[in-house]
Parts: sequence; C-alpha cells; structure tokens
Amino acid sequence: MSIQSELEFDAHLTEEAQQQVGGQVQGRTQWQLTWRRLRSDRVSMIALAVIVIMVLLAILAPAVAGLTHHSVNMAYPVQGENEDGNPVGPGVNGFILGTDSTGRDLLVRVLYGARISLFVGIFTTLIATVLGVSIGLIAGYFGGVIDTLLARFTDAVLAFPYIVLALALAAVYGPSLTIIVVMITFFSWAGIARIVRGQTLSIKEKEYVEAARSLGAGPFRIMFFDILPNLLAPVLVIATLYIPNAVVFEATLSYLGLGVQAPTPSWGNMLSDAQNFYQVAWWYLVFPAAALLITTLAFNLLGDGIRDAMDPRTEKLIAARRLRRRLTRRTINKGNKEALGGVVAGGTAADESGKRG
Amino acid sequence: MAIVGYLIRRLLTGIIVVWLVATITFFLFFARPVYTVARQVAGHAATPQVIQEAINNLGLNQPIMTQYWHFLNGLVHGNLGYSYYTGESVDMMLKQDLPPTISLVIGGMVIWLIVGLSVGIISATRARSVFDRVSSVGVLIGLSMPAFVIGELLIGYVFQPLYSHNIHIFDTGYAGITSGIGPFLQHMILPWITLAAIQAAVYTRLSRGQLLEVLGEDYIRTARAKGLSERTVVFKHAVRAALTPVLSQLGVDMGQLLGGVVVVEAVFGLGGIGQISVEAVDQDNLPVILGFVILAAIFVVIANIVVDLLYAALDPRVRIT
Repeated sequence: MSIQSELEFDAHLTEEAQQQVGGQVQGRTQWQLTWRRLRSDRVSMIALAVIVIMVLLAILAPAVAGLTHHSVNMAYPVQGENEDGNPVGPGVNGFILGTDSTGRDLLVRVLYGARISLFVGIFTTLIATVLGVSIGLIAGYFGGVIDTLLARFTDAVLAFPYIVLALALAAVYGPSLTIIVVMITFFSWAGIARIVRGQTLSIKEKEYVEAARSLGAGPFRIMFFDILPNLLAPVLVIATLYIPNAVVFEATLSYLGLGVQAPTPSWGNMLSDAQNFYQVAWWYLVFPAAALLITTLAFNLLGDGIRDAMDPRTEKLIAARRLRRRLTRRTINKGNKEALGGVVAGGTAADESGKRG
Repeated sequence: MAIVGYLIRRLLTGIIVVWLVATITFFLFFARPVYTVARQVAGHAATPQVIQEAINNLGLNQPIMTQYWHFLNGLVHGNLGYSYYTGESVDMMLKQDLPPTISLVIGGMVIWLIVGLSVGIISATRARSVFDRVSSVGVLIGLSMPAFVIGELLIGYVFQPLYSHNIHIFDTGYAGITSGIGPFLQHMILPWITLAAIQAAVYTRLSRGQLLEVLGEDYIRTARAKGLSERTVVFKHAVRAALTPVLSQLGVDMGQLLGGVVVVEAVFGLGGIGQISVEAVDQDNLPVILGFVILAAIFVVIANIVVDLLYAALDPRVRIT
C-alpha cells in the first residue's frame, strides 16, 4: 500500500471520529469500542436477537404450552393423529407445528428441547471457562511443573476420542443429562486453558505487571486483577464459539440414545425418532433440525462477530470498505483501489485460523 | 538413524497411552453393580439362580484385580475377551465389522481433505470474491450442523425420493468392495459426504486463514517481486507453509473423527465397529465396548505418529529428535 493512501486512510478515520464526538476527543474503554463495532455489524445483531428470542422462548416454554393447552409429554391420539395413526401436519387441529409419532405437540416439545440444549450449551461453557481460565492463569503465571503437567494433559484431552468415553460412561452410569454436562465440561476446559496460558505468558512480562509487583501485590492479585481483565476478550470469543459445539454434542449424544432419555424432549432424541417418519411427516424432521441449526448458527455468527469487533484491525477493515465504496463512486484511479484491496485482504487474514475445538 | 529412535520412543509412549485408556475404561465399569449387568445378560425372566450362574460364567465373581489381570494378560496376547451374549470373541467381532469403518474413514478423509483444502486455497487467493463469500456461508453452516442432521437430511430428501422413484443411485447398509466397485460406491457415497461435510468446513476455514496470513508475509512479496508467476508463488511458496498448521490440526481431529464415524455408521446402518459399540452400550456388553475403546486409542496414537512424521517432512524447520 502506498504511503499516500495510508495517510488518506488515517485522515478519514480521524475525521469520522471527530464528527461522531462533535469535535471533542473522548476516552472509550475497549468494551465500549467493541460494543460500538458490534452494534454496527448487522449480522451479529441479528444473531444476538435470535439468541435472545431463543432463550426467551425456552424460558417461556411452559407458558406457550399453557396457551396451546398441550402439555409436553402428553399424547393426543384423537386430535394429534390421523386415521392411519400418523402425525398430523402443521396447523391441523390447533397443533401449530404439527405432532410427533405419538401425537404430542411438536411446538411445545421443540421449545422444551430448547431448554435442554441452551442449558447444556451455556452452563457447560460457563464452568469450562471458569476452570480453563483459572488453570490457564496458574500454569502461565507460575510455569514449571504445573505448566508441563497442564500441557501434557491438554494434549491428551484434545486427542482423546470423547464420544468413546461418552459411550463408556453412558454404559456404566446409564445415559443422563449429568453425564452429558460432565463430559462436555471435561473436554472443553483444556482448549480454553491453553489459550489463557499463552496470553498469560506474554502479559506477565508487561511493565504494569512489574509495577503491580513492585507495589507489593501478591501473585493471585496480579493474576486475577491485573492479568485477567486483559485476556477476557479472547476468552469471551472462544466461549461464544464453544456454546454451539456443546449444543451439537448434546444433540449427537441424545440422538445416539446416550443422552437425554425419552419422554423428556431433546432436539437430538426427537430427530432420532423422526427418522422413521420421513415420508409421512416432514415437519417432524424439519422443525427440530431447523431449531438446532438456527441456534448453533446464531452462536457461531455472534462469536465470529465479537472476534472481529475486538480486533482493532477490523475498524480499518470497515473503514476501508466504506472508503472503497466512496472511492468507487468518485471513480478514483485504479492504482489506489488495488492498494485498498490489499488492505482488505490483509486485515482479515490473521484471525480466521481455526477457532474450533 | 534418529528416526528409528524417535519411532521407538513414540511407540513406547503410545503403548502407555493405550494401557492408560484401557485401564481407566476397565475400572470405570466396576462402578456398575455386577448383579445389574448379569441380570441384563441373563434376560428379564431370569431367576436368581440363573443370574448367579451368569455371574459365575462371565467371571464377574472373581476379585477385581484377578479380572484386571486376566484382561491385561489377554490384551497382551491380542485377546480382547468374549461377548457376554453370544460368547463370540471380541477380536472376531471387531475384525468382521472393521471393513465398513475403514472404508468410511479413508473415503471420508480423502473427500474432506480435497474439498476443504481446495476450497480454502481458492477462497484465500480470491478473498472477498463471490466464491469466497459463498464458501464462507457454507463453512458456517457446516460448522453449525451436527453430522447426524446432515445424514438424516440426505436420507430423507435425497435417498428416499430417488429410491421411491426407482432410481437406485444410492443404497443404505454396507456392501464390501469385493462386491464390485459400483455397489460399493452406491453404499458409501452418502456416508462419505456426511462424514466429510463437517470436517471439510473446519479445514476450509483453517486453510483459508492460514494461507491469507502466509500470503501477507514478506517472503511472498519477495517471490512476487522477483517476477514469479502467481501460481508458483501460491503453490510453491505459500501453500506449503500454510499447510503445516492444518496438518497438526489433523492429528488433533483424529479423536473427533472417531466420534463422527460412530454417528455416521448409526445413521446409515453401515454396521461398523462404531455401531456395534453403541449397541453394546445398550446391552451392557462390556468386553465389546472395551475392545472398541482400545482399538480407538491405538488408532489415535498411530495416526498422531504418522501426522508428526508428515509434519517433519513438510516443514524443514521441524526436526525429528
């Protein structure tokens, strides 16, 4: 990129910033900046809205059940099944999304399934995050034997075929929600710990940590008050991206019959039952699958959005996009546009690397 | 000769890992009351005497350490024990059901690597193009979709409609490669696609990100500056450097791959070792589950050694020591 276009670029940014604050310069914390960037990203905001609606629907599932006068595990063989004993379609006899194989209200069951999926997703990620952050901080800060142990253990956990352990656990203790939660937590914290450890290693060499230490702060104060706030950003991103993984894992285990057991509805066990009704009841397969896909997609999109919003390079990216639009309108010479194209490509590069698992 | 020493060391640690996994799984099972297991095996209508007999027959009345010793002794001699139900040797059961699993793993892996890497490379070299955007959407959906949903949708909306119109392009169940390449592909293509779809998404994203990063490096600019063609720059200079992290991800994913195999086998009724172990869980058939766990651990260990060797071959900065 030529120096000239870079200058032009910065000038635009400053100009815009000044316009927005009315000529006055104002301090913003990283979180305010992130939120501001996130808010201007339409996809992330839609994803966030979808998640909020999903959570609300899950919480209000009993209320919805009340409105439809259909309880969750209750079969309605008369209204809910046709002459052949097959499920009735969406909108028939007051079943908004139709019924399932035994004539239960699919809408109510999908919403109750959301409770389990969201609970597993959010709860396990929360515990895994707390565990992973604490262990990662300790390993990164103290180093030595703890660090080596953690590294070995993390490697082992990341390489272990966890569905196999899930099989074994389900065989021993019988399939249950508790096992799912324990399993997912156990296999999630290591990845978070690894990232936190890496960040801690670099942050603990910073001057302000030195300053805190010379003021007499103990190791735990430094870890949790000085280092932790500075690595919350990557942790938030990875946590958001862990939630959909946990949701998928729960659904998979329930699908295999190793998770939530009938008659308690879970998207996984509903889909497992639905596969016998492809021809007669498409809704039975499509609605739980759609609920699952929409939820995981929303979390993935939001996670990507937060990651982009936290990356200061994204600001340039958005600005560059705006600038490019403006430039194209003014039809400025070709050389400049190519230079900007280079910026755009460079800006997205670093953070696309695999954040999954 | 460094490589021989390296291999020996890796194999030794590998054996320790397998032993650990086997031991943990073995002792996990002893949290389960013997009586429940025996009653399940003996059937619903069994009298207490029959159940007691079953316990004796299965050797569950012996002290735990004796059973563990038998188990280890068998393991060393390649004997994984016998099914509680049929008395069939677990070795035989696994051997019989291995072909579908192996076909699934190899075919799925080839597809996912080819699709994942090529889409990733094209997306990176044409960042922000229409292709890139479409593939990003595809990647997100792939990342968000559980394998079994893809499998079910394929069965419900591709296989079934074709089948009911008497178009037999695809088939469920398993037909060995010995029954001809045509039938083999008919049976395997949908499972391969299912297994590959999710992993391909991960690899597309990873290779795209890595390649974009590498393409921003100074030495790439140097390569371009000295007048090399774009093709040479991308394939000779950039891709090789970008692939090494992708390769290490492959080692990490071996564990996940087995999970995917279990799911895909269950969805398509392929009847591989994943499927028999899910059935074994239902029946408390411990030796079969143990056999699968051990086999899985061995697979992960070997796959990781291979990946590390490849890594060293691909990246000159990595030395095997």
